[in-house]
Amino acid sequence: MSDFSIIGKPTAMIDAAEKTTGGGKYTDDLSAPGMLIGKILHSPYPHARIKGIDTRRAEGLDGVVAVVVGKDAPNPYGILPVGHDEHALALDKVRYVGDNVACVVAVSEAIAEKAMELIDVEYDVLPAYFDPEESMKAESDLIHDNKPGNLEKDYHHAFGDPDKGFAGADHILEARFIANEVTHAAMEPHSTLASFELDSHTGHLGRLTVWSSTQVPYYLQHKLSLVLEMPMSQIRVIKPLVGGGFGGKSEVIPLEIIAAVAARKAQAPVKITYTREEVFWAHRGRPRTIIDLKTGIKNDGRITSVKARVVQDGGAYCSYGVVTILYSGALLGALYDIPNIQYDGYRVLTNKPACGAMRGHGTVNVRFAFESQLDELATKIGMDSAEIRQRNLLKPPCVTVNGLRVQSYGLPECIEKTVERSGWKERKGKLPKGRGLGIACSHYVSGAANSIIRSDMPHSTVNIKIDRDGGVVVYTGASEIGQGSDTMTAQVAAEVLGCSLARVRVIAADTDLTPIDIGSYSSRVTFMAGNATLRAAEDVKKRIAAAAAKKMNCSAEELTFREDLVFKKGSAPPVLKKDQAEEEMTQAGASVSGRVEGQILRGSLQQKRKEEGPKEWMTFEEAVVAAIDFHGALTGTGSYAPPPEARGGKHKGGGVGPSPAYSYSAQVAEVSVDEDTGEVTVHKVWASHDCGRALNPVAVEGQIIGSVWMGMGQALTEEMVWKDGMLMNGGMLEYRSPSSVESPEVEAIIVESIDPEGPFGAKECSEGSLAATIPAISNAIYDAVGVRLHESPFTPERVLAALRAKRKDKGLNLTEGVDPTAPARFREHGGALCFKGKGPERHALDPARREAPASAGGAD
Amino acid sequence: MKKELVELKINGRAHELAIEPSALLLDVLRQELGLTGSKRGCDESSCGACTVLVDGVAMMSCTLLAASCQEQEITTIEGVSEHGSLAAIQKAYGDWGGAQCGFCTPGFVMTVKSLMAENPDPSEAELRTALSSNLCRCTGYSQMYEAIKSAIAAERVGMAAK
Repeated sequence: MSDFSIIGKPTAMIDAAEKTTGGGKYTDDLSAPGMLIGKILHSPYPHARIKGIDTRRAEGLDGVVAVVVGKDAPNPYGILPVGHDEHALALDKVRYVGDNVACVVAVSEAIAEKAMELIDVEYDVLPAYFDPEESMKAESDLIHDNKPGNLEKDYHHAFGDPDKGFAGADHILEARFIANEVTHAAMEPHSTLASFELDSHTGHLGRLTVWSSTQVPYYLQHKLSLVLEMPMSQIRVIKPLVGGGFGGKSEVIPLEIIAAVAARKAQAPVKITYTREEVFWAHRGRPRTIIDLKTGIKNDGRITSVKARVVQDGGAYCSYGVVTILYSGALLGALYDIPNIQYDGYRVLTNKPACGAMRGHGTVNVRFAFESQLDELATKIGMDSAEIRQRNLLKPPCVTVNGLRVQSYGLPECIEKTVERSGWKERKGKLPKGRGLGIACSHYVSGAANSIIRSDMPHSTVNIKIDRDGGVVVYTGASEIGQGSDTMTAQVAAEVLGCSLARVRVIAADTDLTPIDIGSYSSRVTFMAGNATLRAAEDVKKRIAAAAAKKMNCSAEELTFREDLVFKKGSAPPVLKKDQAEEEMTQAGASVSGRVEGQILRGSLQQKRKEEGPKEWMTFEEAVVAAIDFHGALTGTGSYAPPPEARGGKHKGGGVGPSPAYSYSAQVAEVSVDEDTGEVTVHKVWASHDCGRALNPVAVEGQIIGSVWMGMGQALTEEMVWKDGMLMNGGMLEYRSPSSVESPEVEAIIVESIDPEGPFGAKECSEGSLAATIPAISNAIYDAVGVRLHESPFTPERVLAALRAKRKDKGLNLTEGVDPTAPARFREHGGALCFKGKGPERHALDPARREAPASAGGAD
Repeated sequence: MKKELVELKINGRAHELAIEPSALLLDVLRQELGLTGSKRGCDESSCGACTVLVDGVAMMSCTLLAASCQEQEITTIEGVSEHGSLAAIQKAYGDWGGAQCGFCTPGFVMTVKSLMAENPDPSEAELRTALSSNLCRCTGYSQMYEAIKSAIAAERVGMAAK
């Protein structure tokens, strides 16, 4: 008999059938009586002042109910308390191509689209900023007036003594790395349906109900209350099925606010669903990041010091920016033992859609730079790349130099297993030319130890109610977005209560019904909502045990709950041989009621057994009935807040990065590089991940594979391509999300380090693996063809340029500007590939109107 | 545009509808008939979330005129379940982690159904090629192959997938 009866077994998602039959409802599948359709008019300019909006012609069109503009809801909002810089619709300025100007509400989508053409907006075009390093030099025409130098936020941290660390190093490398911008591109475009009830006394608009594709229903409720000036208790947010998030739905997206404002103005339910292009404009993805990284090591491979200067191209609004730039620095720690760290981070505003949180928030791009440079250093000292990582392991439990507490630490085992399974020792460096292996590691938080809005409130609370027939209802605010949150909740509750999974029903993410949970982001759900569920289940179990113990003439501590039975510890439960129990029940039931199946049997059996004296064992229902008879309603509650010692250092910005536990990952990628075309093919990735304990192995593997796959997309193909602030590839194919033919086999290896504070020892498994994939691939490319790529994605153009430079023996770092050997039509500012095309009308002083830097082009 | 009367046969049932000649099949399914199982992930045949079968052929309904499908058998995800219970492929997608967020799943199920009808024993390479008409952002596709293989095995023995 294993220790657990529910967790640790591959379990189908409890909502699987809804998804495979098409029966499950996502927000866009919903409609309400009298529902109208909203369409948003977007800015065609990257930076412009709005001189006037005339909506009269649009309002006059038959079928148009209302046209909403900025002044209909002028209160600012933003996901971070320090970043309230967004408005439902632009008040006086637009800041990116795609910024929200007006919203038409009409009886049909076609009429709304027609009406949008009838809105006359007069713009005064301003100079725009597209490159973060240019943008930082701005003195006039700032993107936000209160942000001089277009600098959203900068941080300068020094831990230990970085200079002394470099002085003591035997080898130092310094280089610039660039990771270009990527986005979540979740399959479900964002959608929101907002509907007001009429106040029963006045007939005015009363309570608001919002159905939305969100990862954070409670933050949405909070921001709606700010913008609409309504108490939170008057707003109900319901999260239907969500078609993927990856962070793209982890903050309040403009349409969610706009739909509510539009419903108020139109006095009718309004649904807005983004088109795919609008999803790209809503963005909130991973910013283009410029990393100047310096690492020093000793001859034995020990890292002595790390210095990173990170510039993030944050787009036009703050979004999660301040948190992203802090994560980039903080998560330099807690993977390896680094005694000295210096970090300078700059989050810069530009006239592009806002960047925000995306899977592996903040850590991914810096991890790419760090793991690439570590590999280069290993080559330099002639050490195996797996070994240099093993030389720099932490010795937990410990607190890192930048204040992160590390307890469970499965990284050594991750490296060991990945090396073993991939045949690293036998094959590394011995593959035919053009084929190579690369290794890299990564980690991630299992939930941020500090919530976005600082308070002492628990991060997750869960309620459980048990009905008289033994049905368990779990109420949780945690948001299922496809990662398996509801299934995890049900498993944890069933395991603690010793009942079958089928008894458990999960009611999730409805602000009227479920207690507060801050949402599905920073990989916090299993750890925090899992712990809250565990505590709620234990709370209710205590009540059942007290009542059952009374019936069984023993103490509550002596009882075991398992397989729908309650029995005395150690006493051979007659019924773990379930057949025997069924038989007993069947006979008993048949003799009492003549019915041989279903509730009547169980009910009559219960009645019969109830009349008997003390018992050796009880069924779960019997115990529940006893508890309800004894206590009245049978409910339990539990909550979770991270312990104070896990909340990080006291330095400015020290609140971001700390987590009650970290997940660890080590990966080996096998790639081949076509030296004629520059095409990189990933054949296989071995990915081991320390998730503490795998509560549902099939889901854990799915998360690991999905993370690796998404990392591979960023490594090889995915990139948002900009031209004068316009997105050139706003479609799923143009963005180049990999299809099944481009996707490698991923061997997921689960490592269990059993965290002392996780629910049953579990930690996160959905984000930590992503960051290792990019450097594992770049290191494998080096092994295959001997070139180090410093800019992602590793497209054929970039690989070819690096190969050309190697052949000509030119030290070439593409990230330092324009590749002089590239064909003329390719690159312009900053390294993003650009298509030649006519951009929007530009202001005469616009920096982007100047000639392209250096002379792009040359011998090819 | 003036509406016209058309008759569409969907999942074995005939529906008489007044629609604009320019109406797309996906919009008619989702908005006129409330068959919201077929999803809109793009508007341009990029993602495959809207895949339905038209006379057994997998088609993307987001770029298909509804009026052009008259006198053809249209099968949507709502018509896949057999005798009120899950088809092997649906069960297998659930059991093997082939569906995470589930938004692309109806499209994939339709694509796999058409593949299995054409080629009951696809090789791994054929599977990959067939699935490349649909995009998924969650799974990395790997667990889908396991699901499909298990569904094929289950169909072969004539039982629901384990």
